[in-house]
Amino acid sequence: MPANLFKVNEKEYILPGSRACQGCGLSLAYRYMLKALRENTIVTLPACCLCVLQGMYPSTPVLVPALNNSFASTAASASGLVAGLQALDRSDITVVAMAGDGGTFDMGIQALSGAAERETDFIYVCYDNEGYMNTGTQRSSATPLGALTTTTPILTKQQQKKDFIKIVEAHDIPYLATVSPAYPIDLYDKFVKAKKIKGTRYIHIYAPCPPGWTYPPKDTVKMGRLAVETGVAVLFEVEDGKFRLTGRSKTLAERGNRLPVINYVEKQGRFRKMNIEQLNQLQAWVNRKWDEYMKRTEQD
Amino acid sequence: MSKVQIMTGNQAAAVGATLSGVQVVAAYPITPQSQLAEIMSQQIEGGKLRAEYVRVESEHSAMTVCISASTVGARVFTATSANGLLYMHEQLHWAAGARLPIVMCCVNRGVGAPWTIFNDQQDSLSQRDTGWLQIYCRNNQEILDTVIQAYRIAEKVYVPVMVCFDGFVLSHTMMPVDIPDAGAVRKFLPPYKPHTILSPEDPRNINPVLFPGRRENTEGVLCDGYMEMRYKLFAALDGARDVIIETDDAFAEVFGRRHGGMLWEYMTEDADVILTGIGSIASEATVAADMLREEGVKAGVVGIRVFRPFPKEDVRRALRKAQAIVTFEKAVSYGYEGGLCSDLKAALYGTEVKAPVHGCIAGLGGRDVKARELAEAVKASLADIEDGRTEKTLWLNCFTG
Amino acid sequence: MSKRDDSISAMCTPAIGEAGKTGDWRSSRPVIDHSKCIPSLKKKAACFLCWLYCPEGVVKANIPVEIDLEYCKGCGVCAEECPPKAITMVREGTADE
Repeated sequence: MPANLFKVNEKEYILPGSRACQGCGLSLAYRYMLKALRENTIVTLPACCLCVLQGMYPSTPVLVPALNNSFASTAASASGLVAGLQALDRSDITVVAMAGDGGTFDMGIQALSGAAERETDFIYVCYDNEGYMNTGTQRSSATPLGALTTTTPILTKQQQKKDFIKIVEAHDIPYLATVSPAYPIDLYDKFVKAKKIKGTRYIHIYAPCPPGWTYPPKDTVKMGRLAVETGVAVLFEVEDGKFRLTGRSKTLAERGNRLPVINYVEKQGRFRKMNIEQLNQLQAWVNRKWDEYMKRTEQD
Repeated sequence: MSKVQIMTGNQAAAVGATLSGVQVVAAYPITPQSQLAEIMSQQIEGGKLRAEYVRVESEHSAMTVCISASTVGARVFTATSANGLLYMHEQLHWAAGARLPIVMCCVNRGVGAPWTIFNDQQDSLSQRDTGWLQIYCRNNQEILDTVIQAYRIAEKVYVPVMVCFDGFVLSHTMMPVDIPDAGAVRKFLPPYKPHTILSPEDPRNINPVLFPGRRENTEGVLCDGYMEMRYKLFAALDGARDVIIETDDAFAEVFGRRHGGMLWEYMTEDADVILTGIGSIASEATVAADMLREEGVKAGVVGIRVFRPFPKEDVRRALRKAQAIVTFEKAVSYGYEGGLCSDLKAALYGTEVKAPVHGCIAGLGGRDVKARELAEAVKASLADIEDGRTEKTLWLNCFTG
Repeated sequence: MSKRDDSISAMCTPAIGEAGKTGDWRSSRPVIDHSKCIPSLKKKAACFLCWLYCPEGVVKANIPVEIDLEYCKGCGVCAEECPPKAITMVREGTADE
């Protein structure tokens, strides 16, 4: 067994019987995120899958306080929490804003950019399941090229995914990291690290979604792993501007044995209408991003 | 010790917020509110007010910051105008639904398109159904006093309060204002006790999804469905009337000034025709009433101070002797008439007050409204009423072809 | 007659089974063959990848490993990730073996 498993906080912060789907990637990631952040935390969230996981009135499965807010307002809500806690001398509490790709890449971008520019002392977490999954798998700007969604139902998505992490990085925040629930220890470590840093921190979770991506729930970890193995998702952190590949992505870079994206694409029903040209475009996009990361690895 | 200073409406509002000891301010500048946002920055940066100022990137975020800071237990303040208020619209509903005692100044301005930076009340009037209390001021003294009163009201009924005053007409006009003693204000306004629990010691998930029906918690306690929560907000606004009146009385006792509670009256006792309006246009109407009386028309004025909750009992009482009622409004409900006109008619329906109500739209986008024009409009209205024509809304001082 | 909640805004308290007994969602249940399961074989804390990867946190990292079937949604991630293939998903309504 991985020896570092024992260092993980044993306490569970999500009680059994939540409303999350079977094999939910977000659920697995949230489990380790809360273990890492522990009790002294407040989460704020918009309408999204997490809002469903957080439960319906009058019960919640989650043992950390949470504040629901409207879709565009997640990061601004964190600003309000930070200001309110500061005014009440409770700034020891870690404030976390957490939204999906819809609430981050699309509607939440303004509030997030504003909060980051103000150097708000909070952790922003985007769980990226590459679409508006809570409302039934509609296209978002995080949906990859060639994916079927309920708003790209015939032709598939015609554009590449927005490189949102670059936009966040342009805010020169002290800490930024990408994680996957397929690598829970890497995820846990990054949240532990983020908790200790002051200022705006951003963590991006690649969250596989069985109903949205159309694969059996049992394959959630496998799908997360394949995303990393193919370079579709890259695990790294940027600390005070210093870029560093981590975990499996680091190993892949060292060994040069990244898998072709077809290995990832063929396992998901959402890509069933993808044509060869799109597949090549997606592979080229992944290669270009990967090369950028390799270059930064050499430079930093 | 209180002292008199000459100041603008925006300054008066800032002094009111400062005296109220607000702990978090979030605002995005917009004409004519900008000066208010600037003064609050000066107060905080200059050390005159110990508070957090969040310089947000939008009005939507301004209200969101207020919502979250209020949920953890901080007293919060914001201000906006026109399209800024419209951009907040979603969060106005959220703040009221979450029952947060936020106080916001709306420095009234017309909304685009097309653009205007000048005054009317279309901005706040169109937020009528967001669940906020709306109080309108007629001078700068009332602005200062009402901001202080608003916190006491909001924190008693757990409903947010919008303190509205006319852009430029009040916001940028200097008037003498008596500044209340800070210690007396602290006594008048006890510290904010939140009803929300947002603390790691007692984890709660606040404002989640509610079922249509009621649902038991694990202790077998039957908890509200969405509709019960809505009813509670409705009931809170209904019950706010007594708190508003009690607060104005208590304020008068300490500071020697009252602003009328739900509404104020001017020479209504023997008036045959009553002019009504909201905010500074009602003040102007008092001058018009004087003119009309000089011409032999017994006129009086009812100034609506609180628009939500609507002062239904109060207007029934104030208008009980009226033979005719004319409303002057700086806002309109397109496709019908002025909102005040409708609400007034509804409040009087089925009561012994049978006086016809005639509606005038005036002063949109800063169009000048002179007392003389109001007086002429009253005479025209009376002629219409005489002829039984009260359906048609009069557009005052407006070329209608 | 149940008591009435008098809160004026919606605030949830933590409870097990917010969505009910989510074990009911399952079409297949995980069955552990302890003769293959590494912690059972080694009689010490080891492997526990089923615990690590369970999205619901319903696997207990005990010896032997236990799964809370009252709430296990039957996603099958544990069976998929088990290195010695000690967990099999058995259709509900059929016997374990």
